[in-house]
Amino acid sequence: MARVVVDVMPKPEILDPQGQAVANALPRLGFDGVTAVRQGKHFELEVADDVDDATLAKIAETFLANPVIEDWTVRRVEA
Amino acid sequence: MRVGVITFPGSLDDVDAQRAVRYADGEAVPLWHGDHDLKGVDAVVVPGGFSYGDYLRCGAIARFAPVMQEVIEAANKGMPVLGICNGFQILAEAHLLPGALTRNHKLHFVCRDQWLAVENNTTAWTTRYDRNAEILVPLKSGEGGYQADEDTLKELEDNGRVVFRYVGDNPNGSRNNIAGITNARGNVVGLMPHPEHAIDALTGPTDDGLGMFLSLLDTVVKA
Repeated sequence: MARVVVDVMPKPEILDPQGQAVANALPRLGFDGVTAVRQGKHFELEVADDVDDATLAKIAETFLANPVIEDWTVRRVEA
Repeated sequence: MRVGVITFPGSLDDVDAQRAVRYADGEAVPLWHGDHDLKGVDAVVVPGGFSYGDYLRCGAIARFAPVMQEVIEAANKGMPVLGICNGFQILAEAHLLPGALTRNHKLHFVCRDQWLAVENNTTAWTTRYDRNAEILVPLKSGEGGYQADEDTLKELEDNGRVVFRYVGDNPNGSRNNIAGITNARGNVVGLMPHPEHAIDALTGPTDDGLGMFLSLLDTVVKA
């Protein structure tokens, strides 16, 4: 088994109101100096060894992310 | 006229959509998300709600339901398909309509009666309206912000594929105030507001939404 991490982020040109709300909350909580926040999704997949990179890319592109509004990255990590 | 109305786990507005079909003298045919056939219907409504709990993204899981494979195939052959609210999100995820629906720009769930302009009255679902008629129907959604890239927006605008546009304040940050769009062929329409809740002044703000279901009747009779 291998661990695979898929990160999904809103594209830079897509408005991210959730990230903005987090950024706006930080000064109110006393944390200064954070100028911008983007909020995305982080998936951890436990994957059989025979699942290849092309399949992982397809999982990310067709299901975990919507490429109309989101960018994604796939990486294998040490379990 | 036999109109299929899909029920997914988490659908809310399937019953009102069935009622709207009956108000237009159609037979409402319930379709279950796990069905592999469309039971010979003439058209399909993909209703509002929170299919599969909106997990992952609104409509992302419903798109892969068995019944949706049948809907995609039929829509590509010209069957009229209407997606309302979550149904619009599902049709976008299924690539039957371009673009995507995102979190409202001010983060609040918006629930109000909303004026819309009907800018395209040639689709399968809008022929009963005058062009640029303004209609009042409920809008109730948290992720109704229509997003698409510049090329897609230009394609929609240049070819009259913006079917409904918000009148007045933009309720959710939709690009170009877009409330609803159609595919190139005009048989598939998706919109965030709810025409099925506005078919009788007794139970909705107006009966302005009934025109969509009567338009479908004309489309089916002509076919």
